[in-house]
Amino acid sequence: MITADAPALPTGAPQLPREHFLNVEYGVKSWLLTTDHKRIALMFLVAVTLFFFLGGAAAALFRLELLTPPGDLVSDHTYNKLFSIHGVTMVWFFLIPSIPAVLGNFLVPMMIGARDLAFPRLNLSSFYLFVIGGLFTLVVMFTGGLDTGWTFYTPYSSMFANTYVIAAVTGIFIAGFSSIFTGLNFIVTIHKMRAPGLTWFRLPLFIWAIYATSVILVLATPVLAITLTLVGVERIFHVGIFDPAIGGDPLLFQHLFWFYSHPAVYIMVLPSMGVVSEVITCFSRKRIFGYHFIAFSSLAIAVIGFLVWGHHMFVSGQSIYAGMVFSMLSFAVAIPSAVKVFNWTATLYKGSVSFETPMLYSLGFIGLFTIGGLTGLFLATLGIDVHVHDTYFVIAHFHYIMVGGAVMGYMSGIHFWWPKMTGRMYPDGWGRLAALIIFIGFNLTFFPQFILGYLGMPRRYHSYPPEFQVLNVMSTAGASILAVGYLLPLVYMLWSLRYGRIAGPNPWRAKGLEWETTSPPPTDNFEKIPTVTEGAYAYPERKETAHG
Amino acid sequence: MLGLWVQLSPDRASTVAGKVDHLFYFLIAVSVFFAGLIFTLILVFAVKYRRRPGNEIPPATKDNLMLEILWTAIPAGLTVVIFLWGARLFYHIFTPPTGTIKINVVAKQWMWKIQHPEGKMEIDELHLPLGRPVELNLISEDVIHDFFVPAFRVKHDVLPGRYSVEWFKPTKTGKYHFFCSQYCGTGHSRMVGWVYVMTPRDYQRWLTSGQPTDPLAVTGERLFQRVGCAACHGQESNGRGPSLVGLFGQTVHLQNGRTRLADDDYLRESILRPNAELVEGYQPVMPTFKGILSEEQILELLAYMKSLPPKEGEVQP
Repeated sequence: MITADAPALPTGAPQLPREHFLNVEYGVKSWLLTTDHKRIALMFLVAVTLFFFLGGAAAALFRLELLTPPGDLVSDHTYNKLFSIHGVTMVWFFLIPSIPAVLGNFLVPMMIGARDLAFPRLNLSSFYLFVIGGLFTLVVMFTGGLDTGWTFYTPYSSMFANTYVIAAVTGIFIAGFSSIFTGLNFIVTIHKMRAPGLTWFRLPLFIWAIYATSVILVLATPVLAITLTLVGVERIFHVGIFDPAIGGDPLLFQHLFWFYSHPAVYIMVLPSMGVVSEVITCFSRKRIFGYHFIAFSSLAIAVIGFLVWGHHMFVSGQSIYAGMVFSMLSFAVAIPSAVKVFNWTATLYKGSVSFETPMLYSLGFIGLFTIGGLTGLFLATLGIDVHVHDTYFVIAHFHYIMVGGAVMGYMSGIHFWWPKMTGRMYPDGWGRLAALIIFIGFNLTFFPQFILGYLGMPRRYHSYPPEFQVLNVMSTAGASILAVGYLLPLVYMLWSLRYGRIAGPNPWRAKGLEWETTSPPPTDNFEKIPTVTEGAYAYPERKETAHG
Repeated sequence: MLGLWVQLSPDRASTVAGKVDHLFYFLIAVSVFFAGLIFTLILVFAVKYRRRPGNEIPPATKDNLMLEILWTAIPAGLTVVIFLWGARLFYHIFTPPTGTIKINVVAKQWMWKIQHPEGKMEIDELHLPLGRPVELNLISEDVIHDFFVPAFRVKHDVLPGRYSVEWFKPTKTGKYHFFCSQYCGTGHSRMVGWVYVMTPRDYQRWLTSGQPTDPLAVTGERLFQRVGCAACHGQESNGRGPSLVGLFGQTVHLQNGRTRLADDDYLRESILRPNAELVEGYQPVMPTFKGILSEEQILELLAYMKSLPPKEGEVQP
């Protein structure tokens, strides 16, 4: 994209701008009461990082328990609390807010040439709702725990569990409004605040992905709020909603829960797909292949994603004909994802490909997401799902999507825009090493779980038959490697805040409005609102010579 | 290589196991093909088009509508094939044949109580004869459980408040795991047991070993008299309640003008909430037996009701 009057890039070693959003004001109050989308994004970054490591610590503990077949490290009750809190924190307090609330908040206004989101104060309230919801979760975690799993299946959660179900669902309920406000803010901003000349089909694909995600956030999250409220009502007042002993229907809960929670999977992975589109183009110096197909596939995923929830219920007692309809629709939602993968791959063709840290994560994303997507076909296949449903096959599949996909995309994005956010570069060598360690650790952790699931090991088992041990040992070994891989970036990113090389406005020579302002950007993002005259990813192109 | 020191495929001990595996292998082949294609292309492009002097500015490439259509249509066509294959198998897996042995399974936190039609009870173990189709009638006393036999490639959730059915036909004698595979609380991973598939002769011997038992229908009849069902529903009742002779499997006309198939769920419901779906022409006078009868006793009553011969003049299918 070219602006009418782009500021001349300084020559020589880049320097930090004299005034930017980080140093314009100091003091706790200037952060806690800020309405600057960039500061709010950084506060979200700190919060979700905390939850990521808490959720990760829980996983480390139960992976350690699973090293041996008998339950010997922690009690069964503690084990159940560990995987429950792992699921709740990772889903609602890391994966869902990660890219939208951190990168989306930081980038949406900058990518569309705006000075802030449409509703800056709503944005701040979104952060506080997240914090309040998070505090509930922390209280649950450190006082009594929760043992329902992140899925809260009834009537276990509503009538039988004797852990802190009400506090946990209250936390998620409140954090849900954070999601709704963020989604609403993005939708309005993208509709109303694009810079002159920035038409819909000139938008970066990250914006398309965030837009599709926002639609899901706004439409699906209320259903979660209603569902969790009903669990609370049944638990406190014993109104028969889900428990058949008092006149309820337990499958009703599953329908309501998955009506939210399946689209929620796309809330987690669509933004990562947006990041990958930005990164792949930048590091192959190319226009994206099939812009329109990638853009519309995001919307197709958002729409069809609402119609597939019943594939979580093939063996629940749902009618077998309903199962068939949901199976068919689940296959349909796989197609747009495949289209994206093919288009990203084709973008590399005849490119000028380099392998800095963000690119390694994005290439990793494509590979792992492909495996996650293909194993999703197994689960959508009715006759196969009967066997592998609720086994480690499912665990492996959704971690390939949520960690191999969503987290790899998030890491890619954090590494790509880190210089923009902080003005400094992290050491790329360490970055690439960490990416490699994470890739290896991830596959060693989760690939054996596909085999475990096919062999029949059920999920959420505190102890297991001895014949499953070898694969579990591999998985735990992988998890240890993965832990090292995730701790490394924490160290070198913090290091870079002080010692990192000054990045300059556009260290990757990337296209996009966010790269045309200083790093870190000023509070108002742009000195002058840019005017856009061309489509996204207009990287320079060489004229083909006669011999091609 | 891995196969030398860990098992890579579960035992295959039912008629559907092989069918599930064939579709599974087909999906593996499809996955290996597509993953291989993507990985190879990425590797080739990454090496061939890596940045080096002379290609810092790459040539322009155009979008290609034909390619987009191809890589939408080919996966779409393939998924139709997989869907149809999977749906057909699913229908087969969940449609029990006739002539099954019907075994009752009552799940509770955290144990399995299993009762054979001959009255033999067992806990966390299931003995089966080889080569006979078996139909499990599953119900839970509390939360949702799931009865999963990996070697048979089948599972079904076990719901409270309604019966679920799971069937299979064992094809290999031996000892196989069964697991609860729906998370059900603290002792979830203790809710496991063994399926023993035996030759028909061994099974008969096992059935008659230990304490002699009465068939379920006989125990049910005694219960029918003891808890007072017979007073209104018995042979000499004075018409206060509808006769239960030949009722099972019939369509009944309800007070509210609707009709309902008298299946296990309806009969169970009518014992626990007698006035919910009242039969036409009767008064809502029956007391509830909720909290009085256990799930096992209800199953015994159902067995008795099913054993009553059909009404005279009506042909039973």
